[in-house]
Order: sequence, then structure tokens, then C-alpha cells
Amino acid sequence: MEYFLQQLINGLSLGAIYGLIAIGYTMVYGIIGMINFAHGEIYMIGAFVALITFLAIGSLGITWVPLALLIMLVASMLFTAVYGWTVERIAYRPLRSSPRLAPLISAIGMSIFLQNYVQILQGARSKPLQPILPGNLTLMDGAVSVSYVRLATIVITIALMYGFTQLITRTSLGRAQRACEQDKKMAGLLGVNVDRVISLTFVMGAALAAVAGMMVLLIYGVIDFYIGFLAGVKAFTAAVLGGIGSLPGAMLGGVVIGLIEAFWSGYMGSEWKDVATFTILVLVLIFRPTGLLGRPEIEKV
Amino acid sequence: MTAISLSSPRAIAWPAILKEAAMTAFVALLLTIPLVGLRTVDRPTGLGLETRWDEVAAAVGLVFLGRLGLCLIREGHAVTVLVLAAAATAAGFFIAMPTEALRVILIAGGAVIAIRAILAIRTGRSKLSQAERDKRMDHIAAQVQHASRWLGPIAVVVALAFPFTPLADRQLLDIGILLLTYIMLGWGLNIVVGLAGLLDLGYVAFYAVGAYSYALLAHYFGFSFWVCLPLAGFLAAMSGVLLGFPVLRLRGDYFAIVTLGFGEIIRIILINWYQFTGGPNGISGIPRPSFFGIADFTRTPAEGTAAFHEMFGLEFSPLHRIIFLYYLILVLALVVNLFTMRVRKLPLGRAWEALREDDIACASLGINRTNMKLAAFAIAAMFGGFAGSFFATRQGFISPESFTFIESAIILAIVVLGGMGSQIGVVVAALLVIGLPEAFRELADYRMLAFGMGMVLIMLWRPRGLLAHRDPTILLHGRPKGGGGGPAAGTAAAGGQGIAGGSAK
Repeated sequence: MEYFLQQLINGLSLGAIYGLIAIGYTMVYGIIGMINFAHGEIYMIGAFVALITFLAIGSLGITWVPLALLIMLVASMLFTAVYGWTVERIAYRPLRSSPRLAPLISAIGMSIFLQNYVQILQGARSKPLQPILPGNLTLMDGAVSVSYVRLATIVITIALMYGFTQLITRTSLGRAQRACEQDKKMAGLLGVNVDRVISLTFVMGAALAAVAGMMVLLIYGVIDFYIGFLAGVKAFTAAVLGGIGSLPGAMLGGVVIGLIEAFWSGYMGSEWKDVATFTILVLVLIFRPTGLLGRPEIEKV
Repeated sequence: MTAISLSSPRAIAWPAILKEAAMTAFVALLLTIPLVGLRTVDRPTGLGLETRWDEVAAAVGLVFLGRLGLCLIREGHAVTVLVLAAAATAAGFFIAMPTEALRVILIAGGAVIAIRAILAIRTGRSKLSQAERDKRMDHIAAQVQHASRWLGPIAVVVALAFPFTPLADRQLLDIGILLLTYIMLGWGLNIVVGLAGLLDLGYVAFYAVGAYSYALLAHYFGFSFWVCLPLAGFLAAMSGVLLGFPVLRLRGDYFAIVTLGFGEIIRIILINWYQFTGGPNGISGIPRPSFFGIADFTRTPAEGTAAFHEMFGLEFSPLHRIIFLYYLILVLALVVNLFTMRVRKLPLGRAWEALREDDIACASLGINRTNMKLAAFAIAAMFGGFAGSFFATRQGFISPESFTFIESAIILAIVVLGGMGSQIGVVVAALLVIGLPEAFRELADYRMLAFGMGMVLIMLWRPRGLLAHRDPTILLHGRPKGGGGGPAAGTAAAGGQGIAGGSAK
């Protein structure tokens, strides 16, 4: 039971990270219908910016942990968002009316570019970091211990999700975003600046991915330039699992994938966890092709 | 864009242009501060930071000037910009720069701006709009496609004669083999992506299945290459059917992600099942192919087998094996090409192309979608398997590292960059994607960087691929080409178009 709870917490925090990345995928897919293959790399850049920010403010003498974490969070969200914006501007916007495969290839190219860009600039070796937020919260007389970092991940994710949902459902930006998702041309005719909305979608997705990157840095304490690929694939899997285009679906999918991974590694060993993830994906798609929360797509003939 | 002509440059709106350039430079500053300006370095006490503000300044300055240059070109001052950009490139070449990076950026940036300026000058002179230029490129593509009728056989003859020319040394032959392997893989994937219109992101899985089939069969049972080649193809095709059966009902992007997942699963299995596959260490000592089981390519063959050079009365040379491998992959690749060209004239190929154009129309015309897609998938997988076992026998060593997603991406890039469905496009794209990086091996680290950027740039330039041009396979009231196109297929395609035309999309 204690072991079960332990894995549950691990799975939830991991799932929160996947969910944060998956939102970027699902939003972009919802609005322009493309798989943003470079999104995993954006997440990796977020992790690197967080690491660099931490080292920089460390050398400036800021050691109070909450302040340091706040600066890291803001800096990585800001700088990574600029990367997200630039990628869209350079590689996707000119291809918006092109055949479906063109932006995908462009995105794969961008992903290769960003990976090698970080590798050349920051080195290929993995970057270890001493724990910034050590310590555990022990529950049930010490049987279950939850590290503060994982707890913080879950709390921050919930807070972000709340804020984000408010943004999408309540503000005029969110309304414009949903309008573009339904019909870009009509939204444009009604005075919505479609280009700006799409840019902002990428900015928001990148900022959320940056948070995920920072969390991974804090939890595992080691990153390298290659982490983006697998995390990106898993997050996309999560987005598909939850029903692509659906925001709560992305979060749900992320949590499901995180839980599967955590329980599988906890009970069956960690070698086959990725196989388990993909198998579940295939099974879900076969029996529910639109994902868990996706709306069935009606094809007009 | 079109209304601007070079003959009458407008007065330059400096404030607007400067503002635009400054904004771009500001974005560049934000992009470069964390990753370029601050480098993590390993110190004995842990990670440390190193600052490189000079490179940030260089990058920002270049972006500012570059944007300024582009704005001026837009405003009709292309000639001035061209001179300045050429001067910058020359300066990068001849004047010593404080850092190597600055020099590279100066040369490359200057060259790019200069090319843009030249293009702008030419466009301005001939007053062609973007759409017209596209049409022109399409025309060139169409001509290349038509030329491929006689260019193709010539290319084959050249490829056949190549090993006997004095040019052919070990290195060039190796590059040729590599190129042909990717051309074969591109042609194989083209069946799924180009003909049947299914986006397969995990093609490398079948390549891996083929390679490991041969390696394992040779390792455990001692089968020879010539026995294993068909077996590897068969096993790869079977894995294609196994994967395809559940997932082919899925819609485009879901299908893509499942194939991607499948590619990863195969790789993880290869890594984790180390008792059987050798795990991350791979399998070494894979036997080399013999001369159709008759003779060996060794100087002193084992008891009971003949040596190739003795059999043909030649001087022993290690090149013989390489040349043999070269011909082997050439023939394999040509088989794939021949198959694709013929199958497009058969009901099966017609059905694939119809499926690519309109799924629903096909279903309503009674085409069994799942079986057709499954056939495409299995056949492409079979060719991938052939290529895989060739790869294994050529390398003599395989490990899961050779079958990562990046390989799938490269093969897909070859297909899409060349222009989907275009056979000659695959060859051109393979030359670009594989040949160019091979030629610039000394760039080492920057190779993949340039590769990624190149993919993006080619897509921006020609979103439908370099040689994307497709003649209608069948014309309703036109003359059928080459006598192909039975009445049944003709009706199917026409019906498909009718329904597609009537759809609300």
C-alpha cells in the first residue's frame, strides 16, 4: 500500500510534466492542425535556460531558495517563449497554406537544428545539478516519503492549469484562440488577428513546456541536449491519448502516461516502461480512435 | 511585393525600417543571451558558467544588419545591399576575425543576404510574382520528370560503369553504396508515403527488422546471406502486417504517431532483450556476402570454397568485395524502382493513388481500404527489410544505435524534399541529404546543424518538394499515356475526382 502510494505520487508528478508539454502539442494541433515536432526541443531548451539561470543567479549571490526558484521559473518561461515564437515565425508561418507534410518536415528539421544548436553551444555531456530543493515530506509514519520537489511540481502544475483554463475560457485572447480553432477564416473576417493568435499559442505552449523542463531539472537533477526527443514523443502520445485538440484531455493523457510509467517501473522494472506506454496508446486508439476526451470527427463528403 | 520595381526606388522610410530591424535584433538578443552568452562548463566543483558576450553581440549585430538589408531590398535598394553584403562576405574571407564563429556568421550571413539581393534584382527585372516563379519552378520540375525517361537509363548506365572508371576508389565507392542504400530506402518509403499517402514515421523499424533478421539468423543458424535476404524481407513484411493490421484504420496523424511509437518499441526491444540481440553492444562479426554462394571474396578462402579472384583469374584486391556490394545495392534499388513504376499501372497501384487522393471516395467505390493500405505497408516493409540485411552484411556490425528516429526522419525527408511520389526526386534529394553532408565531413559538429536548417529552408522554398510535379495518371477525355490505364481504373479515378470535387472541403 505504501509502495503503491509512493508510485502514485511519482506517477502524478511525472504525468504533470508530460501534461504540461502535451498542452503545447494539443493547442498547436487544434489551431493549425500540425504536429509541432520541435516542441520537445523547446522543452529541452526550457530545462537548459532554467539551469543556466540557476547558475547565473547563484554567481550573483542570490541563495534564498524561493526567490531563486521564482527567478528560474520566470526566466525560463520568458526566454523559452521567445524560442517558441521564433520557431513559428521562421519555420511554420510561411508554410501555413502548404501541403500537410511540408510543415511537418520543416518541424523535424527545426528539431534537428535546435538539438545540435544546444549541443554545440552547451556541450554534449549531461549536466548534473545538486538538488536545489532537498528534503522530503514523510507521510504515514515515514512509510511514504514525498520529496518537496515532486510536491511542488504537482502544486505548480495545478496552479498553472487553473490560470491557463481561466485564460482560455474567460479572457478575450482565449475567446479569440477558440474561435481560430473552430474556423480561422471566419475569425479573421470578424476582426481577430489570426497570425497574432497563432503566435500567442506557440508562446503559451513554449512557456508551459519551459515549466516542465525546469521541473525535470529539479526532480532528476540532470539534463542533456537529447532529453527533448523522448519527452516530446511521450507528450504527444499523451495528447493523442487524451484526444488531440482537447486541453483537459492533454492533461489527463499526461497523467495517465505518467501513472502507467511509474507503476510499470515500480512493479515490472524500468526497462520496458516505454513499450508499455506505446502499447497502451495503440490499444486506446484502436478502441477509441479519437482519444479519451476527443470529440468524434465528422467527415463531410 | 509585386508592385515594387527596381527602377524607381521609393524614399526610404528610415524610422520604420530601423524600428523593424531593432525589434528583430531584440528578439535575437533574447534568443542568444541564455544559450549563446552563458555556457555551462564542467568545473571540479561542479557546473560553472562562462560568458561569451562577444558572440551575443556579434549575432545581434548581424541580425540587425541582415534585417536592415532585407528591408532595403524590399524597398528597392537591392543593388546597394548586394554590394555591401558581398563586401561583408569578402571581409569575412580575407580579414582576420577575433573568433571563428564570427567569421562563419559573417561569411554565411553576407552570402545569404547577397543571394537574396540577387534574387530580388532578377525578380525585379523580369517582374515575376511569387506565384509565377513557383509555376516556373514547377515547369522545370515537369521537364526534369519528362527528361527522366532518358536521363534514368543514362544514370543507370553511369552507375553501372562507375566502378570501372579510374575515379572509383574505396572512399567514393563507399559513399556510392551509402547513397544507393538511402535511395533504396527512399523509394521503399515512397510506396507508403508517396503512393498510398500514409505518413510513416517509423520506417527505420523495418530496416532494423531486416538487419537483425540477417544478423541473428547468421549468428544462430549460420545461414548465408543469400538464404537470409528473402527471409529478412519476409520477416519485415510480416512485422509490417502485424503493425499495420491494428493501426491502419487510424486517421493520418494518429497513424503517424503510432508508427513512430512502433519504431521506438523495436529499438527498445533490441536494446533490452540482450540475451538474444546483444543489447546495446549489438552484434558483430556478421558474415560478408559470398559471390552468390559460389565464391568468397577473401585472399585465402576456407576449405571447400573457391576464391573470387582465382575463379575469374584476377589479381586479388579488397575492392572486389566493395564493388560487388555496390552492384548488389544498385540492383536491389533498381528492383524497388522497377516495382514502383510497374505497380502504378496495375490496379493495386491505382488503388493506392486513389486512396491518397480521397479515402472516402475509394471506400464508396468498393475498394477494400484496409487490405490496400496493408499491402502498401507490407511491401514497403519488405523493401526496408532487404535494405536492412544489406546494411548488416555491409557493416559487419549492427547495434540499435543505427536505427534511431533520426534515420526515419532522414528517409522521410528524402521522400518529401524530393517531391512526394517522384522517383527521380528521391534520387536528387538523396544526393542532397546524404551526399552533401558526406562531402562536408570536416565540418563535423556543424553538419547536422546545417542539415536541420537546410530541411527547413528547402521546405520554405519549395513546400511541395524540389521536383514536385505530377502528371495526371489518367485523363478522362485525353489520350491515355503509354497505353496504360484500363477502363475500370479510369472510371475509379474519374469517380474519385467527381466526389472530391463535390465535397464541402
